[in-house]
Amino acid sequence: MSDILTTTVIVATIASGIRLATPFLLASLGEAIGQRSGVLNLGVDGVMLLGAFCSYYVVLETENIWLGVLTGIATGLIMGLFYAIITVPLRAEQGVSGIGIYLFGLGMSDLLFQKLVGTPLPIDQFEEWPVPVLSEIPIVGEMLFQHTPMVYIAFLLVPVVAFIINRTTFGLSVRAVGESPESADSLGVSVGKVRFATIMAGNSLAGLAGAALAIELGIFQQNLTNAMGFIAIALVYFGAWRAPGVMAGSLLFGMIGAIVLQAKTLGLIPRAWSDIAAMAPAIITILALIIVANRFRQPAALTKPYVRGD
Amino acid sequence: MSTANPVAQADAPPMLEMRGITKRFPGVIANENVTFDVHPGEVHTLLGENGAGKSTLMKILYGLYQPDEGEVFLNGEQVKLQSPSDAIEHRIGMIHQHFMLVPTLTVAENVALGLSSTRGPITDLKHVSQKIKSLSDRYGLQVDPDSYIWQLAVGERQRVEIIKALYRDVQLLVLDEPTAVLTPQEVDDFFVILREMTSDGRGLIFISHKMNEVMELSDRISVLRLGKLVGTTTPQQTTRQDLAQMMVGREVQSIRAERPASSDQIALNIQGLRVGGDRGVDALVDFNLDVRQGEILGVAGVSGNGQRELAEAITGLRPVKNGSIDLAGKAIAGLNPKQVRDAGISFVPEERMRDGAIGEFSVADNIVLHNHSSEQFSRAGFLNFGAIRAHCAKLVEDFKVKTPTIDTPAKNLSGGNIQKFIIARELDSDPDVLIAAQPTRGVDIGAAEYIHSRLLSARNAGTAIMVISEDLDEVMLLADRIAVVCQGRMMGVVDRADASREKLGLMMAGVESTD
Repeated sequence: MSDILTTTVIVATIASGIRLATPFLLASLGEAIGQRSGVLNLGVDGVMLLGAFCSYYVVLETENIWLGVLTGIATGLIMGLFYAIITVPLRAEQGVSGIGIYLFGLGMSDLLFQKLVGTPLPIDQFEEWPVPVLSEIPIVGEMLFQHTPMVYIAFLLVPVVAFIINRTTFGLSVRAVGESPESADSLGVSVGKVRFATIMAGNSLAGLAGAALAIELGIFQQNLTNAMGFIAIALVYFGAWRAPGVMAGSLLFGMIGAIVLQAKTLGLIPRAWSDIAAMAPAIITILALIIVANRFRQPAALTKPYVRGD
Repeated sequence: MSTANPVAQADAPPMLEMRGITKRFPGVIANENVTFDVHPGEVHTLLGENGAGKSTLMKILYGLYQPDEGEVFLNGEQVKLQSPSDAIEHRIGMIHQHFMLVPTLTVAENVALGLSSTRGPITDLKHVSQKIKSLSDRYGLQVDPDSYIWQLAVGERQRVEIIKALYRDVQLLVLDEPTAVLTPQEVDDFFVILREMTSDGRGLIFISHKMNEVMELSDRISVLRLGKLVGTTTPQQTTRQDLAQMMVGREVQSIRAERPASSDQIALNIQGLRVGGDRGVDALVDFNLDVRQGEILGVAGVSGNGQRELAEAITGLRPVKNGSIDLAGKAIAGLNPKQVRDAGISFVPEERMRDGAIGEFSVADNIVLHNHSSEQFSRAGFLNFGAIRAHCAKLVEDFKVKTPTIDTPAKNLSGGNIQKFIIARELDSDPDVLIAAQPTRGVDIGAAEYIHSRLLSARNAGTAIMVISEDLDEVMLLADRIAVVCQGRMMGVVDRADASREKLGLMMAGVESTD
């Protein structure tokens, strides 16, 4: 036992946990922005899948990873445009519309994959970008500063999103629209425009999360995300709609995943138990949600379409 | 033109003129050829019953509705107000009856919302806070810019609304029933602030149905009835009775009639009641109260001081943490709402469309909402439509509910008629105790008179009635004894004969009764 829990193993597990947390973090940051303005998007997983496939396909064809990343974002924006039109001016029920977006993304990504690719071919993956100086710090450097660029981008987005929500006039409008759209409207804030903007931002991050996943793995397959988008939605509740909280949730989820993976590799978990162990992250997340859920209130106008005039 | 305010001048051009405004909704004409103007430095009151068209006219002014006919002029120039931002740009402000404040944001954030910042995309809350402080010093509006709205009392929230308007340098301000949430003393302070604003040359539109306030504050008064302008007058040229008659279109009678003395038998006895609130703080603390057979006990207080929680605790809708509630000696605290009903307590809830009726259901279905599974209306789980319809037709007629048929969805009825069938339903079971929360809020004067008379006749027949109301006039009209609550505490009970507005107002503000 003692020789298993060496520094090397622990460092590798933590580094892998951070890597695993990245797509969750991107997607749940996006979902949090939307929810702060009162829009629930259950379609995250579908947007991630289509974003993953499109970026995978572009990298496969062009061998340009960054073009793939941009494609993921663009896919998210297009899906977001649909979702925004359906839910903001047309005021469709958000729950069902989101499930529609999910099913569309699930089916469309598989259809395109079968038609355009067929047999899964590997694509270029991200290379690690060790941060100069910092990556040479013993232990910490290896854990935190020897990652692929997507990891840095995702974690840098945490303070950026927090700043936008808490310190900018746009963020103030977002918070007001999510809590009391009629108050915002009475002060001349366009509820529709704010929600449109947050939906576009949120979906582009979901598309980016998909691209990050596909390029990280270097492969695409049917239902690649395996419901990661739904976990990302749960993480928004876990993180109490705040960027640092969402990051904590993503890290918790990534870490548990990494520990289970490591334990399996080291043969600590019997083969027969491995399927049950794979459920550990989900179970722990549900438990954490139950503990956290009652302490914070969701945005008061969440899922409620806004109609002016009583 | 008014001795009350030398700044208001008839010869100054009006800052606002609404000419020939007509607004139609499907089946209703909300405004018909209404003409209305405001001069700088004047308080022009809009008086009218619910549904008379005051709100519609103001929503047109604020850009929330577009008129079908008519024009709006500001300082002599015609304008088109398409949205609230157009109105804000023209320095028009509105304080809505339900405050337009975001509870999870601070005062400064609420004020800054929708404004551009001196720091570009980044908020400048320090600058905003400073400006709020200088405004609050100047107008005597004490409020801490860093407090969250949910932490503030109702009176403070209203000050925030005024600061929001002053911060935007509003020249024309609409106040939609602003005094509904204030104690009489707070109203006096509030009027001082409003006078300060008019002395700067700002114009105010005051919407209210409280006659004494209207007579005190207004320079001019315009009365709307059924969407039409009945007339414009001044407090010097009219009386409260005349105004009431203009509003209703007929003479208004007072229902305060001879009534037999109530008995000494205590029907409902509340001792040491403690009840939790929605925000974690206890809504009622060490609360004692009794209601006797054949009396109306009025519960007065400013909105949000535990009245709603009191009604919910008695009727089983809210858990009781401590204390006892006895109905004729039988403990009912902790029973569920059905058991409380079966024990003999009926309930007219304050939110009639949320807790009292289901809008999509027919009048008939709503009338048997609580007892459709009783033997009277069903057999072996199957509804007996014949019995239900016969019963509902009788109640609708008996209580003069104006509805096309008993199958009409409740939401198509006016507030007054919905309230009438709710009262009919609740009194039909001949309860020992009736809890009536805000029984005539938002109800037209005719229906209110009728509801009052039914409550009085139930009282005379021996029912113990608790009327919880934020309308002091209503409490003083109906009650035999008046209990006052403030911050979840019982401030004292006074006999109607000994009660004055001043005394009750002090108690509502938290000053305990000395006797």
